[in-house]
Parts: sequence; C-alpha cells; structure tokens
Amino acid sequence: MTIASSETAQGIKVNKNQSHVRSSLWRQSFRRLVRNKLAVTGFAVVVIMFLACFIGPFFSPYTDNKINMALMNHAPYAKHWLGTDTLGRDVLTRVLQAGRISLTVGLASMVLSVFIGTLLGIIAGYYRGVVDQLIMRLADLLLTIPSLPLLFIIGALLSEWKVPPDYRMYIVMLMLSIVSWPGLARMIRGQMLSLREREFMQATIVLGLSDRRKLFRHLLPNLVPLIIVIATLNIGGAILSESVLSFFGLGVMPPTPTWGNMIDAANNMIDFQERPWLWLPPGFSIFATVIAINIFGDGLRDVLDPKQKR
Amino acid sequence: MSTYFVKRLTYMAIILLAASFLIFSLYALTPGDFITGNIKLTPERKAELREIYGLSKPLIERYLTWMTNAIHGDFGYSLAQQKPVLTLFNQYIWNSFLLAAVSTFFTWLIAVVIGVIAAYKQYSWFDTLVMVLIFAAMSIPSFFIGLFLIKVLAVDLKWLPPGGMITTGSNAQGLAYVKEVMHHMTLPVIVMTLLGVGSLTRYFRSNMIDVIKQDYIRTARAKGLTERKVLFTHALRNALLPAITLVGFELPALFGGSLIIEKIFNWPGIGQLYMQSFGLRDYPLLMGFTMFIAVLTVIGTLMSDILYHLADPRVKL
Amino acid sequence: MKDLLSIDHLQTFFKTEAGTVRAVDDVSLRIKPGETVCIVGESGSGKSITAMSVMGLIGNAGGKVEGGSIQFQDRDLLKLSRNELRTIRGHEIAMIFQEPMSSLNPVLKIGEQVIEPLMEHLKLSRKAARKRAIELIKQVGISRAEQIIDAYPHELSGGMLQRVMIAMAISCGPKLLIADEPTTALDVTIQAQILDLLRSLKEESGMSILLITHDLGVVAEMADYVAVMYAGKIVEQGEVEAIFANPKHPYTKGLLRSKPIMNQLRDELYSIPGQVPNPLELTESCYFHDRCEQCMAICRTKQPELIPVGDSQQAACWLYEEEKRYA
Repeated sequence: MTIASSETAQGIKVNKNQSHVRSSLWRQSFRRLVRNKLAVTGFAVVVIMFLACFIGPFFSPYTDNKINMALMNHAPYAKHWLGTDTLGRDVLTRVLQAGRISLTVGLASMVLSVFIGTLLGIIAGYYRGVVDQLIMRLADLLLTIPSLPLLFIIGALLSEWKVPPDYRMYIVMLMLSIVSWPGLARMIRGQMLSLREREFMQATIVLGLSDRRKLFRHLLPNLVPLIIVIATLNIGGAILSESVLSFFGLGVMPPTPTWGNMIDAANNMIDFQERPWLWLPPGFSIFATVIAINIFGDGLRDVLDPKQKR
Repeated sequence: MSTYFVKRLTYMAIILLAASFLIFSLYALTPGDFITGNIKLTPERKAELREIYGLSKPLIERYLTWMTNAIHGDFGYSLAQQKPVLTLFNQYIWNSFLLAAVSTFFTWLIAVVIGVIAAYKQYSWFDTLVMVLIFAAMSIPSFFIGLFLIKVLAVDLKWLPPGGMITTGSNAQGLAYVKEVMHHMTLPVIVMTLLGVGSLTRYFRSNMIDVIKQDYIRTARAKGLTERKVLFTHALRNALLPAITLVGFELPALFGGSLIIEKIFNWPGIGQLYMQSFGLRDYPLLMGFTMFIAVLTVIGTLMSDILYHLADPRVKL
Repeated sequence: MKDLLSIDHLQTFFKTEAGTVRAVDDVSLRIKPGETVCIVGESGSGKSITAMSVMGLIGNAGGKVEGGSIQFQDRDLLKLSRNELRTIRGHEIAMIFQEPMSSLNPVLKIGEQVIEPLMEHLKLSRKAARKRAIELIKQVGISRAEQIIDAYPHELSGGMLQRVMIAMAISCGPKLLIADEPTTALDVTIQAQILDLLRSLKEESGMSILLITHDLGVVAEMADYVAVMYAGKIVEQGEVEAIFANPKHPYTKGLLRSKPIMNQLRDELYSIPGQVPNPLELTESCYFHDRCEQCMAICRTKQPELIPVGDSQQAACWLYEEEKRYA
C-alpha cells in the first residue's frame, strides 16, 4: 500500500560499494574540514608553533644558553626581541626551546593516555563481565581521588628519588597519562556499548561473524573518528596540565625549560612586577597553542563525529 | 527503587574504602614526615614522638587505626597546628566555599544566557564570536591568567588588591568587613568564572542546539506561540534538564577549594591549607583533605543521579 | 465558492553545501472551505515542504520560499510579518504531525500544552483555558480527560498523543487543518480511528483539511480532491473519484497499480521501476522520464506543463499535450 520501492534498491547499491563509500567518506570529511575557516586557522597556528619550536632555535645565535652576566634581565630590544632573563639568556630562544619540551610532553602523554584509555575501554566494552568490572572499578577509583594531590605525591617521590632532570620529562608524561586514562576509557567503553546495540552490530551476530572480524572490521572503524577527536583535544589538555605541574615545581625541572617552569621561575615579586617579558611570552605561547588545538579539534569533531557534541 | 539504592550505597562504600587505602598508602610512601623534617627536635624526642603518633607501627595497622577513627568521624590531629583536622577544615572551608559559590553562580548565569542566545542564533557573527571566546576561556592556563590579571588590574592599575582576603592589619568590622572581603574576592572570582564559563557555555549551547531541532519545538511554533515562549518555556527546560547532573559534579569544587587559585591569590582557603601542610608533611591533614574530596566526589555523583531522576519525568528508578 | 487557500507558483528552495535543492518548484493548489485536499507522493517529493511553507515555518527548517504567493482568505501569507503570521498559526491554520511521540514536549504536562494556544490566541484566563482544554480532550475521544490533562506525554500511547495533538490543533477553531502524515507512525487499527476522528471533526466545524500522505488508502478514505507530487512538482491533480477511476499520468497509474487490492490475488505486487531522481541533478525534462514506461523523446528534454485532461483533472505529461494538439 505504501510507496517504498526505491529505498531497497538504494540500500543494495550502497552495500556493494562499501569500501568505496568508506574512502570517499574520509575525503568528504576532509573537504568539509577545509571549508571550516576557523579550524584551518587553528591548524595553521599549531603547525607554525611546532615549526617555530622545532626549527626556530637553529636560526637563533643564542642556543648555547651561555650565561651572560653583563646582559642580565634586559628588557626587549633589537638584539634580544623578548629581552633576556636573570642569567642573561635570550628569552625568545628559551621560549622556543621550552616549546619543544612542552609540545613533546603534550604529544607523548596524549599518545600514551589515549593508547591506555582506548585499549582498556575497548577491552572493557567488548568483553564485559569480570574484565569490564575490574577495569571500570579501577577507573572509578582513580576518578575518585583528586588528581592534583595525587600528582603532588608522585612529584614529591620523584624529588626524593633524585630522578635526574633529563628523565623527569618522561616521568611527567607517565604521570599525566595515569590521571587522564580513566576518563578516556570510560568514554570509549560507553561508545563501544552503544555501538554494540546498533543494528549493524546486531547484524554481525546474526551473520555469525568471528570475534576478530566483528572487532576489527566493524567496531574499531566506527571508533576511529571518536579516537582522533579525543586525541587531538587531549594534546591541549596535556600541555595545560604539564604547565600546571611545572608551575608547582612538580613537572620538568630547570635547567630544562618548559613554558610552565619559565613562568614559575619568574614568580617572585620583582620579576613578576618589573619584568613581564620573562613570563608573558611563555604564558601566551601556552594559550595560543592550546586554543589553536582546541579550535582545530572542534572542527575535526564537527566533521568526524557530529553526534558527540559535548 | 530501594534495591537500586542499596546497591548504589554499597558500591559507594566499597569505592571509598578502596580509595582510603590507596590514599593512605600513597601518603605513607611520600618521603619525609613532620618529625624528621623538624630540626628543633633531638633524636630521642623524635623517637618518642614517633611512638606517640604510632609512626613506628606497620602500615596496615596504622591504616586500620586511622580508618576506624575516620569512620567514627575523627580524622586525627594536625601535627603542625595541634588542632583536630576537622576543626581546621571547618575554619578554612567556608572561605573556599565563598569563592566557589559566588563564581559558580556567575559561571552558570553567564553560561545559560550566552549559551541560549548563541544557540538560537547559530552561525551568526555573535555565535562565532561566542565560540571563539569559549575556546579562549577553555585554553587559558589557570595560573597564568591569575598572574596576568594581578599584574594588570592590581599591580599596574591598582584597581583591586592582589591577594589575601582582607587588607593586612585591617580591623574592619560589620559592613566595612564585608566590603573589604568583597573587594578582595573580586579578582579570584573573575578568574574562576573565566576558567569555568567556557566549557559550560559550550555545553548549554550544544544542548540548546539539539533541543531546538526537536519536533516539539516545531509543534510549539505551529501553535503560534511567541519565540520567547518557544525558547524559554519549551526549549530551555529541556536544555537545562541534563545540566542538573552537573550540579552534583560541582560538589567537590564547591567545598574542596582550588589549590591553584588559592595559592596565586593567597586566599586563606582549604586549598591553601593543603599546600602549606604538604610542605610540612602534616599527614593527618593531608589524608583528611584528600579523603574529604573523595567523599565529596562520590556523594556528588550519587546526587547527580538522584537529581536527574527527579527532574526528568520520563526516567523512573 | 471562494477559495480558502490558494497557493500559486510556490517555490521553496534549500541551499545545501552541494547545491540548491528545489524542494517545491512552481506548485499551485487551491483549497475550498470545507474541502479535504490530499497531497500524495513519495518521501522527498516536497509535500511536507509545501505544508511547512504555508505555515511559515520553512525558515526554521533551513529552507526559503523563493517565489509565488500563498493567499489565505484575503491575505498573502508570504507578505505578512513574522508576528502577523504567528497570530494566524495555531489559530486560523493549525497543524498536526507524523510523530505524535516526539511532537509533544516531554517535560510539560499535557494540559499545559493544550492550554497554551487558548491563552495565546483566544486570550482565555488560565482557569478558563484549563476548563476548555478538558472539553477539547473529551471531544477528541479521550474519556479520562481530567486525569490525562495532568499526565506527561510519555505516559500515553501514540494514538492518545495524536488525539491530544488534534485537540490542540482544533482548540482555536481553525479554518484550515494541515495534517502531515497523521497516521503513518500509528498502528493500523488506531489509524482508522484517527481518520474517523478527523472526518467527524471536519463535519462538525466545517474546516478544510490539507492532508499529506503517501498512503493511497488514506486518500481514498478522506479526500475530495487529490494532488500527486513528484520531485517537487504536481504531476496530476483532480477530483478523487476521477483520479482513482481514470488516472492519466503514468506515475499516478503506477502508484495505483502498486496498491494491493483486497480479495484480489496477484502474482507479484507491482512496483514502479527505478528510483526518485537526485534533487541536485535535475535538468530540464519530465522528472519522471527515466522511470516511465511510455517515455518519448520530448520527455527527456522539455518539461511538460499541467494541463486540463478530462473534465475534473489536470496532468503534466507530454502524452496529453500531443493528444490535445491533434484534437
């Protein structure tokens, strides 16, 4: 009685060309992303930041960080665009070098926490039962304990164990991952559970597909957009967290510069009030990088995962 | 409904017990203690004090003693200040609460109003501006914006005091005292509001955008209601509903103070107390504080669930 | 008799990333007082968009009326201000929708939602409006009106909710009721009840109904006059008896052939071959040509116009244009 003949015909056509559809889906997303001017700007700023921090110092004559007592605390002028610090070092060069560390820490701790969070989330959401209980209860527990005191304790331990400053960077990455994986795992698990209930997953059960096939061909591809978005936004979060840790003297220690500990080093009455060139540049660097990452990440979310808008 | 609650409460108790053990062990691991760090004491006196505070006993035994007392509402004495931990909490918490409550109020007010307008005018220049500001607010490092505003508004322009709760040495009473505190809290409240308002505005905006697309909004318009009624009677209620769960999650922030803000603005709150005590390794206080936040987090989560069930007529326990 | 509503050369377009969709393109339709007019078509044929254009709600759906006029009584709805239009909506022109479950606000009580138009348009007090709301709910065949008025939508069934929607729609005594697939989401037994209700309400009040449906069974039961839409255009329209007895346009013929008939055994249910054209790829032609069994050369290059065919019927098809020329 109803007119629905055309829908089925279209459905068959789509199924036949599934692989083609998938690749053009990515291409389509890319095209839509490029059209989002705000997101493109964000991406450009991130790229510029990375290039400046990783390549910029090669063009600076001050990379040796030589202490120059004659040039202590000089305000910005032609030779030192952002002035010099308490030890006569060029602030611009140090900001760029600090950026290397901060960006690396942000990127690496994102990779680590996304890896742990995704893996545990997928395991919990896919196998459920005891494994799920174990993982999620552990996540609940970690989410119950406030993260800053937890980080304080770990930081104090590191100082006690006299961890060399060079290694501290890696431990900071680990610390940040420890406090951020539970939230990620929870999100991924939730997504897994809702995917399981969707019709196409029900269909894989009806079709009697193997576990491996279900997981790798049908579930994971549907999680990838979400993971990409989370990962992008997570870099910004990790950079912010690192800066807070360093500000409290718990993160990466001087002489290795990071944006956070540069601000901390200037956190005394005189530097703070009289020499803003010491702490404004690293602060604005954090701000610019994180805002660019957030805007780009949101643009990505719009094209990859429009439902997950929170 | 009752079995649901029994289950929830049991789970809460188990999580808190596990958390308490974890917290205790972590602090036990933390190097140094109040007695070792105190150079005024002779070695004999130190050993004596250790015995008194039970520090020489094994970890499990110390934990059990602490936990038993804690369940009875006794979190022990602060070693540094020689006062019961709970008395100290009571003394400092309200300062933290004052900051948190006022800034939470402003955060929600601004977020709801701006979020609703931005959603209604989605893709307009206003909406784009709001989105950029939201991202800006979400991307500021908290300590940096604090320092920056102190530098500009307090040091350079001298409009506001840079820190503290009252002017040093002030004896102001009554209304003058209230005015002084208000003056001092303006900067930290601005910073805290700024830090929270971004994500919340974004949350309300996207909720509202979802709601505006719903069929019942079309119905409301088809009935010929004014846009005001459509927005504020029909849309806003639905958009606010999921936000009720956030109220519970605000609980730890409301009473737990903010370590960063209180440090930067030298605000005599519980976060500041924690920071001082951490330097002194005043363990009873540190453990008490951490446990306190854990309890607030768990209660907050439960509260969120209950509130959500109360607010949404569709959901039944 | 003077027309209650006359739509002339209406064009409603949607601008999308991929291009402009001409969802409704040059549609003209007349509704007389007390008449039931049906628009039939597949999903995407533009029938709902036509209705939303009449309601002035197309802007909220992302589209825009680009041309034509919609004359209601003596006013052109397209020329009214937003506020003037709002006072007509829900008052003189009311509308009910396909999904009663999602068309009522989940957090407001039924009563609250029924009294709103009464207070807005008839300026009744809250108390009087509530009293009237109970009467209305009774009138649409809900017996426990006093309890229902304090219920939330999720506590009622789909059929009940559609009755509530109808009560809301007729509350201010509209002259025209637009019903957009009012029975599609309901069980078959409930469908008949809702159609009966609409018919009896129409007889009591003398209002006109613009019924949008893809279900020819509904058309046969309700309509005085039918317009068949395809790809944003009306391809055939006329008195319901004429159309059913003697369909002219190949598309209408196909529709009627694909309708199963009770007690009549057929080997296979007929379905029109092919699919609806992509609205972005339409070129000057009869939009139905690639599915048409009687397609001619001209059909691929030129669009046919709606011309009178027979006494009470019009069709847009080159078959009849030719006939006319030779006659």
